[in-house]
Amino acid sequence: MKKRVMAGALVITMVCALMFAGCGKPSKEESQGMELLNVSYDPTRELYEKYNELFAEYWREKTGEEVMITQSHGGSGSQARSVIEGNEADVVTLALAHDITAIEEAGLIETGWMDEFDRSSAPYTSTIVFLVRKGNEKGIQDWDDLIKDGVEVITPNPKTSGGACWNFLAAWAYEEKHSGGDEKAARDFLKKLYEHVLVLDSGARGATNTFVENGQGDVLIAWENEAYLSMEQYPGEYEIVAPSISILAQPSVAVVDKNAREHGTEELAKAYLEYLYSEDAQRLAGENYYRPSDERILKEFSEQFHLDMELVTIDDFGGWNAAYDTYFQDGAVFDQIYGE
Amino acid sequence: MAKKIPRSYEQDIVGDGIYSIRKVLEPPQESPNHGLKYALIGVSALFLFFMLILPLIVVVWNALREGFHVYREAILDEYTMKAFLLTLAATLCAVTVNTIFGIFAACLLSKFYFRGRQLLATLIDIPFSISPVIAGLLFILTFGNVGWMGEFLKENGIKIVFAVPGVILATIFVTLPFVFRELFPVLSAQGKDEEEAAALMGAGCFTIFRRITLPHIKWALLYGMILCAARAMGEFGAVSVISGHLRGKTNTLPLHVEILYNEFHTTQAFAVSSLLVLLAVLILIARNLVEWKRK
Amino acid sequence: MEQQIVKVKNKKGIQVIPGFGLSLGVTLTMLSCLVLIPLASLFLSAGQLDLKEFLAVVTARQIVSGYVVSLSCAFFAALINAVFGLILAWVLVCYEFPGKRLMDGLIELPFALPTAVAGISLTFLYSDKGWIGTLFAKAGVRIAYTRIGITIAMIFVGIPFVVRSVQPVLEKLPRQYEEAAMTLGASGTYIFFRVILPELFPALLAGFGLALARGIGEYGSVVFIAGNIPYKTQIAPLLIMTKLEQYQYADATAIALVLLFFSFVLMLLINSAQIYMQRFSRS
Repeated sequence: MKKRVMAGALVITMVCALMFAGCGKPSKEESQGMELLNVSYDPTRELYEKYNELFAEYWREKTGEEVMITQSHGGSGSQARSVIEGNEADVVTLALAHDITAIEEAGLIETGWMDEFDRSSAPYTSTIVFLVRKGNEKGIQDWDDLIKDGVEVITPNPKTSGGACWNFLAAWAYEEKHSGGDEKAARDFLKKLYEHVLVLDSGARGATNTFVENGQGDVLIAWENEAYLSMEQYPGEYEIVAPSISILAQPSVAVVDKNAREHGTEELAKAYLEYLYSEDAQRLAGENYYRPSDERILKEFSEQFHLDMELVTIDDFGGWNAAYDTYFQDGAVFDQIYGE
Repeated sequence: MAKKIPRSYEQDIVGDGIYSIRKVLEPPQESPNHGLKYALIGVSALFLFFMLILPLIVVVWNALREGFHVYREAILDEYTMKAFLLTLAATLCAVTVNTIFGIFAACLLSKFYFRGRQLLATLIDIPFSISPVIAGLLFILTFGNVGWMGEFLKENGIKIVFAVPGVILATIFVTLPFVFRELFPVLSAQGKDEEEAAALMGAGCFTIFRRITLPHIKWALLYGMILCAARAMGEFGAVSVISGHLRGKTNTLPLHVEILYNEFHTTQAFAVSSLLVLLAVLILIARNLVEWKRK
Repeated sequence: MEQQIVKVKNKKGIQVIPGFGLSLGVTLTMLSCLVLIPLASLFLSAGQLDLKEFLAVVTARQIVSGYVVSLSCAFFAALINAVFGLILAWVLVCYEFPGKRLMDGLIELPFALPTAVAGISLTFLYSDKGWIGTLFAKAGVRIAYTRIGITIAMIFVGIPFVVRSVQPVLEKLPRQYEEAAMTLGASGTYIFFRVILPELFPALLAGFGLALARGIGEYGSVVFIAGNIPYKTQIAPLLIMTKLEQYQYADATAIALVLLFFSFVLMLLINSAQIYMQRFSRS
């Protein structure tokens, strides 16, 4: 009988110990300075690693306070979801406004966040370009080259990768311009384009890997900054081709008002995002292959970026929500293209 | 179907454990099946080579592609170390909880007959049948902001999801059935005659377990714990959903690998993965030591 | 009639061995806290849809093609794993050869490797530019980005299940059967199929079931090697992720429930078979 009691006690202590091991951890991380959680997307890790140092220094000079910034990275959509589900981010810096709108709809961000900071709350931008193998044997120069016979295209699935929505819209914009606003033509063009898609990865990084490491396809439709990262990793093996028409990809930032209020970090969070527009931070963005939204600083990088591309914006599609409903919602254009 | 020989008799001849078995099952002195033996070994080796060893070689090859110092830097990185510690903690918790659970559940289902045994056994297997992503989502839907317990937890200042407890819970969940699954077939095959005899002689349940059941399941238990540990270390899907990817706080090694990979640091990502492989190899060595000592 | 006898005998068993209450209590408590309560959330979430919506979601054409891909690939993967797992377990238990320890230890490695890394490595090997893929590409067979690739990823994640289910039973297998059969002049194949295999069958079946269930739910490694083309190589868990990306929790959980239902029925069948066989063999 005694032994049975002992066995029971053993089980209970073990379970308790576990609970303490688990719950004890977060409380001991209290340090003297302020803490800020920035929930961001891939691949902004290096940008924010440097930016956080820059900002911590700026904040120390300005207020004398220490600030500790924790970063979180993942796919833009799943990061937005984690914030909705309870990840207590003070600021979010995501790939598309649509994801931030989702957080807004969950009641965590106040409406009108887009006007809180300059240029639609997009401190840095990017665009969609083609990455081709050295020599560009298939002679790919523009969007219509992608649907030539024998060209194989790699792009992620816009339904699982927010970033890939921009790819789709850029192609759409191209054909719509060329056919004089003919929607039917644009749809046919996209259908043809996706017939040339060999692998439809679930994320941008997966698509890059398919193209670079596994040697699939002739052209990768990618974000400009990611294309540069691939070039950097494999110098001399790839070329960037800038199409005549592309889209201005605007990664958005916002303060998560509800969380910041609870943490008492509203002021800090606001300053953190505002400082992204400072000259130093803009230059940092440029060095990490994002286009600075400050025209002056952008000019400094005119050798790096193809500044002569014609860029449409998401407003040409009536804003994110309208674009999402028209093209990517269940049963919308993208699904129809594959369903036919 | 042959009738099962009473256990005591069988034990006299077979003895117990792995060494007697080898002696017993290896065809003694006769060798008409030498060809078959080598063919089977060959098939196994080939299968393992193509399905297992080659992918591992790819991992190591990629990890060392940029030279050893990049490898060392990736592993000694501050965040890698933090992720490593969290992975160890989660694995330890998972193995402890699941061992306790596995022993109780396996004894229950193999030594006692009651209505609904099949159902219970199947319920225990649920964590296997659930896609890991959904496993993580389960906890979000329970404890998260969108979950029905979210409000209550928030009011009381308890953080489960997007914090360390969530990571541990998810790890326990996906590895829950492992120990049970290993013990159950062995205990079922063993039958319960010995336990019944002991009970009739007046032994208590703990004594029966320690003196009769445990010696039988020792090896299966060890296998189960190793499987559980390996799976806990490598768990990605469920933890990925629930962790929030807070760098240095809730990032486990597999998540850290993913982040590095998404940052276009392929080499570093594979270097950190090879750390996981190394951990698994360490466990394997530990197991072999135990077996060897026993000899 | 026979069943009746078994039952009477079984009922006696409850009274004999002590500790029923304790083990039942601990098992049920832990199971509820860790599995059943979170699982209830899944039903709650999917319950936000009414029956008509639920059916519309889970029978959409794209979703159904997802089930078909997941189930068929997982089935073949589990079958291949059952065959090779049995051979592996047999080799590991019955034979002595150099490198046996190493082989034994390797079995768990697929678990330790994060699924994403496994997926990336396998794609690297089996794509038509990869080390193994090139060989097959010459013969005109594409492995990565087809259903064959999906099956291979599922084989990888399922290897340990069958081996580790069969191994302990094989080690405990009394030798008298074989000896008796051999004395009676039975041939090797006869002994294997008529004496040993029936003893191993429950464990083999369990391993098969686990590998199958794991394959159906597998996501991390498969997405990299699958190609993910709608209606061709999109697996069901990917479709769940797609729904989640669109913040459609109810839809996602509905598909997850259907998937869970498949696995649950499979496991229930296998478990019943296992317990039935065990009872049958003791009567």
